[in-house]
Amino acid sequence: MTLRLSIPWRDARAPVLQRKHGSAGSKAVPASAAGSARASGRAARRDQEAGLKRANFGDGPGLPTLLLLPQLLILLFFFFIPSLRALTQSVLLSDPFGNNVQFVWFDNFKSLLASSDYRQSIAVTFWFTVMQNVLTLGSALVLAFATDRIVRGRPAYRTIILLPYAIAPAIAGILWAFLFNPAVGPLAQVLHGFGIAWDPNLNPTDALILVTLAASWKHICYDYIFLVVGLLAVPVSLMEAAAVDGAGPIRRFVSIALPMLGPTIFFLTVMNFIYGFFETFAIIDAVTKGGPAGATNILVYKVFVDGFVNLDLGSSAAQSVLLMSFALICTLLQFRYFDRKVNYGV
Amino acid sequence: MVERSPILNMVCHAILIAGALTVCVPLYFAFVAGSLTVAEVQKVPLPWLPGSQFLDNLQLAWAKGNFSRTFLNSVVVALGITAGKIAVSLLSAFAITYFRFRYRMLAFWLIFMSLMLPIEVRIVPTFEAVANAALPLQWLLETLHVADLWAWISGHEVAIALEWNMVNTYPGLILPLIASATATFLFRQFFLTIPDELCEAARLDGASPLHFFWSILLPLSVPNMVALAIILFLFGWNQYLWPLLFTTDKDMATAVIALKGLIPRSDSEPAWNIAMSGALLTMLPPVLVVLLLQRWFIKGLVDSSK
Repeated sequence: MTLRLSIPWRDARAPVLQRKHGSAGSKAVPASAAGSARASGRAARRDQEAGLKRANFGDGPGLPTLLLLPQLLILLFFFFIPSLRALTQSVLLSDPFGNNVQFVWFDNFKSLLASSDYRQSIAVTFWFTVMQNVLTLGSALVLAFATDRIVRGRPAYRTIILLPYAIAPAIAGILWAFLFNPAVGPLAQVLHGFGIAWDPNLNPTDALILVTLAASWKHICYDYIFLVVGLLAVPVSLMEAAAVDGAGPIRRFVSIALPMLGPTIFFLTVMNFIYGFFETFAIIDAVTKGGPAGATNILVYKVFVDGFVNLDLGSSAAQSVLLMSFALICTLLQFRYFDRKVNYGV
Repeated sequence: MVERSPILNMVCHAILIAGALTVCVPLYFAFVAGSLTVAEVQKVPLPWLPGSQFLDNLQLAWAKGNFSRTFLNSVVVALGITAGKIAVSLLSAFAITYFRFRYRMLAFWLIFMSLMLPIEVRIVPTFEAVANAALPLQWLLETLHVADLWAWISGHEVAIALEWNMVNTYPGLILPLIASATATFLFRQFFLTIPDELCEAARLDGASPLHFFWSILLPLSVPNMVALAIILFLFGWNQYLWPLLFTTDKDMATAVIALKGLIPRSDSEPAWNIAMSGALLTMLPPVLVVLLLQRWFIKGLVDSSK
């Protein structure tokens, strides 16, 4: 029984399955058979290096080095050296003209974490990315569900909803800044009509809401298209079986489609955080410039202001290092997602 | 699809229409504002129907934003980034999938490490690196004390100062952005799915690695290249932070940066009509690309994130 069960699986998975059955106490698979399967699997892996074609052009480091050279040189000059510079600068203290440089251990980090400006920036970034994430993913899920239900007009809806992807974040910011401009913006006038004293130039909360709306408006399309494509991959037979069992459309979406979209949603959450942390720089710079009173001064914008406007290089580098560690964590999370996707084929 | 539920379908259409409206409202008001005169655009409430000045405003915005020059810059930068990224990553992907050499995995991991450290997090050092790309060489000379050595040998005091400034140049705008882990991975994944028989046959026929790359791999990769090129073009056109820092000369600015100069600040005349016309102009090329090449665009978007 167990053997027949394992036949349809691909070779790579067979050892794992057999081990599982063996530990469950099944006598159908002799331990030696499982062991030899594992050994042959290992031998095959040694034979076939990861990510290398079986039919390859063999050894010789000359040509491949030449082929890799452009990418590696660019990485060296514009990626590795700058990253190292950031690391060294973050433990140095220098005046704006670079005449006087001192080694100060972790003082830059200490004073950074102690400063109320930086704490405020962290809080602002947190609220901004979380609100943006919820708004983006929530709207995208609802829209994707609706798109999956209907047939007529689907391409037209999809085309329009995808449009903001083409629009630069800075332009998205400018469009929303106009809509909600307290003097001339049509939507701000509507708000004023309701008696709300809307003014993102003076009120910190209004400013944060404005940039969050603009950032989400620009990014919903990204989550949306991944969810639409993901929903197409949900097996129809599962949906039909659930329908026969009496589950309604919403129940089916929540109990079947959503769990199957799990890896996609996880991936999108990570991407939304990356977007909120780094790519929204343009929106902030074009709309609020971090103001009023630092209410929209997200971490990336602060790195820029401290580095290029205030010329506090040590602090700016320390901030860069903290942001880099955050980005690395995201990369590792992302890598986990790749892993799961490859192994479980969802 | 499984059962008939007209009410739910109506609700779905309503949701999608609401979504489409949310996308269109800012664009519509940009169009309305772009078609009014300066006096009309400051009226409270703003007219909800377009005026008659649309073409005049477009012309004015085109002249004020120096768009005949900045559009050219944007095109050069966007195409340069697109072509550069694709070329560089095709070559690297070919090297790490089709050759067995000792540093293969090291190269793979080096490229992988750059996957998600966006340029935003290391702007200051990257700016320094590009403002003087010869800086690493300079350090090398300083640590080796080449100048002192030379002074000791020849008896002359010398100062070696290397400088290669890329500010306000196309290479400076393009080069730092063309290393791409995602594109390399996309092509690597694709190469791994190509049947081994093709390579074996090419080798039997005596084709060199580069010949195989040029006449078999490249033609097979065209669909992937097109899909990726669309995403990269949008990426290049919509760049903001790098051109902002890197162009001090108005004639080297990109369209998006020039547009930023058109937004009214509190102390100037609120010429929102010109700003909105400029915004419409600047977003036109990428929007056209997405509309006309939508199928490829979706493929590129989904593939390049896998």
